[in-house]
Amino acid sequence: MPDSPEAVKLLAAGLAMGLGAIGPGIGIGLLAGKAMEAIGRNPEARAYIQQNMILALAFCEAIGIYALVMALILKFV
Amino acid sequence: MDKLSGKVLIGIILALLVAGFFVRVPKPEIFVPAEAVVTVSGFVVTNTLLAAWVSIIFLMLLFRAVTINMQLVPRGVQNVMEVAVDGLYSFVLSVAGERYARRFFPLVATIFFFVITNSWLSLLPGYGTIGIVHVGEHEGVVFQKAGPLALIMPGAETVAEGAHAPEGATIGMLAPILRGANTDLNFTLAMALIAMFSVEMWGIRANGFFGYGSKFINLKEGPIYFFVGLLEIISELSRIISFTFRLFGNMFAGEVLLAVIVFLVPWALVLVFYTLEIFVGFVQALVFAGLTLVFTTMAVAGHGEEHHEGAEAHHS
Repeated sequence: MPDSPEAVKLLAAGLAMGLGAIGPGIGIGLLAGKAMEAIGRNPEARAYIQQNMILALAFCEAIGIYALVMALILKFV
Repeated sequence: MDKLSGKVLIGIILALLVAGFFVRVPKPEIFVPAEAVVTVSGFVVTNTLLAAWVSIIFLMLLFRAVTINMQLVPRGVQNVMEVAVDGLYSFVLSVAGERYARRFFPLVATIFFFVITNSWLSLLPGYGTIGIVHVGEHEGVVFQKAGPLALIMPGAETVAEGAHAPEGATIGMLAPILRGANTDLNFTLAMALIAMFSVEMWGIRANGFFGYGSKFINLKEGPIYFFVGLLEIISELSRIISFTFRLFGNMFAGEVLLAVIVFLVPWALVLVFYTLEIFVGFVQALVFAGLTLVFTTMAVAGHGEEHHEGAEAHHS
């Protein structure tokens, strides 16, 4: 294990972003996959599905962004 | 555009792309709080505040130019802004329904246009690159002096603390005078507070104080629903936090990403990230405004009719 606080901070920043990206990555993949499936089954509802997909995508993305903000604060503050 | 000027344009772009391989920028310095530019009798004017004022003036001039001589058949800029406002209004109509669309539209549209103007203007050259040099003892960038100006030349380096400045150069850190307003936690928090305050206000106006309050402190339907009410309180408060950090995180991370990418790779690949930033700015504005709209629609719908109202909005 690293000794100095600086080294631990760097390690923590890396872990924060890395582990924090797993959840949103899976979430966005599932969301987009289901949206593609729905569009394939019903191409007429494409605009409606797309709009709602983008809205839900922003929610998923936000969780990843929280992890990124933590990593940035750890590294630079 | 005739063929010659088209070829000249492509030639210039190619020359810039090739030159980008040889031009290097110094390591970016990332600073979360907004830097102060000038302090007027105790009131600190930060660079994000200046950028917000620029956005406000830009929006005022834009909408003034569009409405000052309105034609019945729109052309040019008026046409573009009519598309934007009309599209936004039909989006608000589809979510909120006819009864409430006109009431919610001003707030939603203001949030959308303010956020998107802040995001897109901060991508212009000059934001984050022009500023005041703070000479200090920390690590800094080597600036070449040219009269009263200090310039970062291609190939400038970041030197460690206490290094000696060579002839005709200073060492310091750049504090930009303009920085995108969305990268300041104060701005996003202010917008989130205004949005959630408006949600509560409209909810109380539509349902009455006790009618709306019964969503949170639910004494009539049994102990489980009492805890559901408490969870509702927590979720309302957490919406403020999530609004703030979603916009701040996206915009700040985008700014840091651009600064670091320009440091790491030649200019050609940076264009891809610029496109991403333009898209992200648009999506975040839409999400902020759209979520405000959805929360107000849910708030005015009342306790039991929530599921009905949602189903109706989906079928329209």
